[in-house]
Amino acid sequence: MTKVNNSLKKRKKDLTFWQKIYIPEIIKGLSLTMKNMIRPKFTMEYPEEKFIPPSSYRGRPVLVMEHNGDERCVACGLCSRVCPALAIEVQAAETDREKERYPEKFEINMLRCIFCGLCEEVCPEEAIVMSKDYELAFTNRDDAIYGKDKLLIPVDQLQDRIEFLRRYK
Amino acid sequence: MGILEIVVITIVKILFIITAMLLTVSYSVYFERKISAWAQNRLGPNRVGWQGILQPFADVFKLLLKEDIVPERANKYVHAIAPMIALFVAFTTYAVIPIGPNIHLFGYEIQLVVADINMGILYVLALTSLGVYAITFAGWSSGSKYSLLGGIRSSAQMISYEISMGFSIGGVLLISESLRPIDIVNSQAGWMWNAFIQPIGFITFVVSAFAETNRLPFDLPEAEPELVGGFHTEYSSMKFAAFFLAEYANMIIASALIVTLYLGGWQVPYIETLNLPTWLITLIQIGSFFVKMGALLFFFIWVRWSIPRFRYDQLMNLGWKVMFPLSLVNIIWVAALVMIFKI
Repeated sequence: MTKVNNSLKKRKKDLTFWQKIYIPEIIKGLSLTMKNMIRPKFTMEYPEEKFIPPSSYRGRPVLVMEHNGDERCVACGLCSRVCPALAIEVQAAETDREKERYPEKFEINMLRCIFCGLCEEVCPEEAIVMSKDYELAFTNRDDAIYGKDKLLIPVDQLQDRIEFLRRYK
Repeated sequence: MGILEIVVITIVKILFIITAMLLTVSYSVYFERKISAWAQNRLGPNRVGWQGILQPFADVFKLLLKEDIVPERANKYVHAIAPMIALFVAFTTYAVIPIGPNIHLFGYEIQLVVADINMGILYVLALTSLGVYAITFAGWSSGSKYSLLGGIRSSAQMISYEISMGFSIGGVLLISESLRPIDIVNSQAGWMWNAFIQPIGFITFVVSAFAETNRLPFDLPEAEPELVGGFHTEYSSMKFAAFFLAEYANMIIASALIVTLYLGGWQVPYIETLNLPTWLITLIQIGSFFVKMGALLFFFIWVRWSIPRFRYDQLMNLGWKVMFPLSLVNIIWVAALVMIFKI
């Protein structure tokens, strides 16, 4: 293997006559900017036109709501246990339904959430998944704590992500 | 025409020119932002009004509402006078530039120029050199090293480029044999535009105009990476707006001057042979003046977003060792043309 000494490499240092005259170079530069001026733009004008992320996108975590309106969650508390940012709080309770446990209280503090997706990965019931929702804005800290009312999303809207998880998890 | 009529007509002309200037200035700022955005594959301002068409007014209101900060160590009076000089120079220069041929209206023959003085070009040169004071005063009175450096740079730059500018105009004057802008325009009838007769002079004048208006590639007085904001570092609110407007007004004057001196002013070649009614010819001619000016303004902005800034020594070398000799060569060339072909 030969070592290439960069300092000995011949560099093209001297400008040619046409480069020294500078006017052809100006014309080159101008034509380049003109080319870009008439190129179609690919800016997405955000509030009117929204970015729809692919199913691998990790937006805010949500709870899956079954067709009959019940939550899928059995309040095992694994998500709350694994959460590195301590953002999830679950309180279990009993019901008379087939699944005997359900979360009486399920809160995610969106100021704490780091969108790591560990809750979703650890969930045995596919009950908490990351959605495609990236528009999170609050006017005070209390609003940032999402309760069950905001977290429960019908299962049909989350089909994309659930299929992604089944294929790649 | 009596005194009263002259006064009224002149006031109307002044009002027209000033409103036209203010509108063009604000819209050249808008187009500057739009064209820069297009050149960089962006969209540019498009939120205020249709396609952002009301953006200039939003900008002006924003600047009006800002606090006017004067630095403690500044010389208050000079600090306040500098932007006024800049604006004054920018707006008064336009008085001698003709935007069209004489028109007949309500039985009067009206010249489409505010002041038809017989040494118009000299007046323009004198006022633009006065413009150096605005920048130098602003730089000196701010009590900041960045402003001072910007002011000194710009005075050196403007004085050096004024020389090649003056000599390039010399070539034009040899052909027109007059300092009156209207005579200069009339001397370029048909395709006898000075841009074609003396291309070297045209190039040196355009380059000097760029340097005189402090536009990129020669915007060393306000070179952001080196000097923060240059001479207007310590200005805010309407005083800053005055400098900003003056910069764009200077750009408009530079393009109007280039049109008048080199691109045949309001003339459209051989339009007389088309047998159109007089009023239509006049309208086309006025329109052609503004089209030429608009094209030059676009060119100014286009160059700004294409070409990198010169280093200071390169700027001085270019001014004294290239532009100055070239403008002298141009004078010799034009003199030879005049001698041989008796243009």
